[in-house]
Amino acid sequence: MMRLVAVAATESVLETVNAVYVSESRRVLATLIRLLGDFDAAEEALHDAFRAALEQWPRDGVPSNPRSWLVSAGRFKAIDGLRRQKRFDPLDEAGAAADIAVEPEVWSGDESVEDDRLRLIFTCCHPALAADAQVALTLREVCGLRTEEIANAFLTPAPTLAQRIVRAKAKIRDAKIPYQVPAREELAERLDTVLRVIYLVFNEGYAASSGSTVTRRDLSGEAIRLGRLLVDLLPEPEAMGLLALMLLHDSRRAARTSADGDVVLLDDQDRSLWDREQIGEGLRLVRQALSSQRFGAYTIQAAIAAVHADAREASATDWGEIVGLYDVLLRLNPSPVVELNRAVAVAMRDGPEAGLALVDAILARGDLGDYRLAHAARAELCRRLGRTSDARASFERALTLTRQEPERRLLERRLAELSK
Amino acid sequence: MKYLCLVYLESGKLHAVADRECLACGDGLRKSGMLLAAEPLYPVETATTVRVRNGAVSVTDGPFAETKEQLAGFYLIDARDLNEAIQVAAKIPPAREGSVEVRPVRELNP
Repeated sequence: MMRLVAVAATESVLETVNAVYVSESRRVLATLIRLLGDFDAAEEALHDAFRAALEQWPRDGVPSNPRSWLVSAGRFKAIDGLRRQKRFDPLDEAGAAADIAVEPEVWSGDESVEDDRLRLIFTCCHPALAADAQVALTLREVCGLRTEEIANAFLTPAPTLAQRIVRAKAKIRDAKIPYQVPAREELAERLDTVLRVIYLVFNEGYAASSGSTVTRRDLSGEAIRLGRLLVDLLPEPEAMGLLALMLLHDSRRAARTSADGDVVLLDDQDRSLWDREQIGEGLRLVRQALSSQRFGAYTIQAAIAAVHADAREASATDWGEIVGLYDVLLRLNPSPVVELNRAVAVAMRDGPEAGLALVDAILARGDLGDYRLAHAARAELCRRLGRTSDARASFERALTLTRQEPERRLLERRLAELSK
Repeated sequence: MKYLCLVYLESGKLHAVADRECLACGDGLRKSGMLLAAEPLYPVETATTVRVRNGAVSVTDGPFAETKEQLAGFYLIDARDLNEAIQVAAKIPPAREGSVEVRPVRELNP
């Protein structure tokens, strides 16, 4: 009987350890990196700390502050390990099994721990690291994804991805990339890199249309979690704008694809499938970011998504407002792709002829000649104008440029409809 | 931590920045205590490459330049970390015309 009680107690402690791992392991890691000054040493210390927790907590009970216990344990194990290495001592069984004496929480107060998480984000997204390494390192260290999971999600061989992470860590160590939140004067520029990494992760999941869709879709969720974390830690307007943009796009997820996995365009989506809770959160964030007067391109794109979200049906969309927002976006961030999107909005406001003139002007300039969506947009506008053979030619051009299976099916469907 | 800032310029731009400006940059860094050494170089056409193979010394004209940019000079600096080194590199005048490669200096193992 006693034994059974003990087993049950042990099992509930194991559940606690698991739960603590999920909720605290990234925080503990971020602090250990600061204390130990090395990513690999911190990761090893993190595992040692949880191993120690599995041994000690069932016996001694769960400490009142598991996080600071784990930081202390990790630090102790790492320093102990270093000492042993230096003295070339054989592994001392008694020493290894010694209980962790929890020291006062000088380094694990809430504030410094939250700073450590920001330090970790900014270090993983340091501009001196390659862009693909920033993404891999952030997902691995900040989100705690395993290397294989990241590799699957990015359709990259695991050894390639592991190599990227190893190289990035070596550069952080050898070139001495500091573990810090950038100073005020650098913040805007450095924040841009962090936001770009998060958005890249989001889009990789959002546009998921090849490979194993389920794991790739998780990337969008991961990006939203990262965006939330960043807004919590550093409530900058553009961070809010990006989070809003991701929430608003993601709110349409269920409506974006049909049961057979086909793409459903915005106009044809069943808007009752849109996630109203996410939309509400997104709208609040957009308003907050816009009211700061310090917003950028992400916030404007979120505002455009918000206009769509506000329309209960496609015909109720305020296209005038959207064209106005694209004008602001073009001033902030001039690019042919933004121009193309604006042209489509103009077509919705003023009719297909006006939009087609703008699209043709962009193509005539030689920009976007190989951009499938430019040809698809042109095809749609020609179709609406009854210029069937022009529409067919543009759909066919778009088809030769697309590499995504559901998109190919959508274009083929549109082509077939032309002949009816 | 020591960093070597290698200044690269296209041949046509070797004199795009006035010597006066480079001298001022060096003086400023020296005053801040961060400069260990800095020198400009003659163009790559004046370079000689030395190799020792099987004990024999081989001497050839120039390196084989694969890119249009060539090494035009260097700054050896002492900086707190990469961020500080990047700040210094951004102030090296030829960074406007070419590029500056920032390399951490390794310690030799005795």
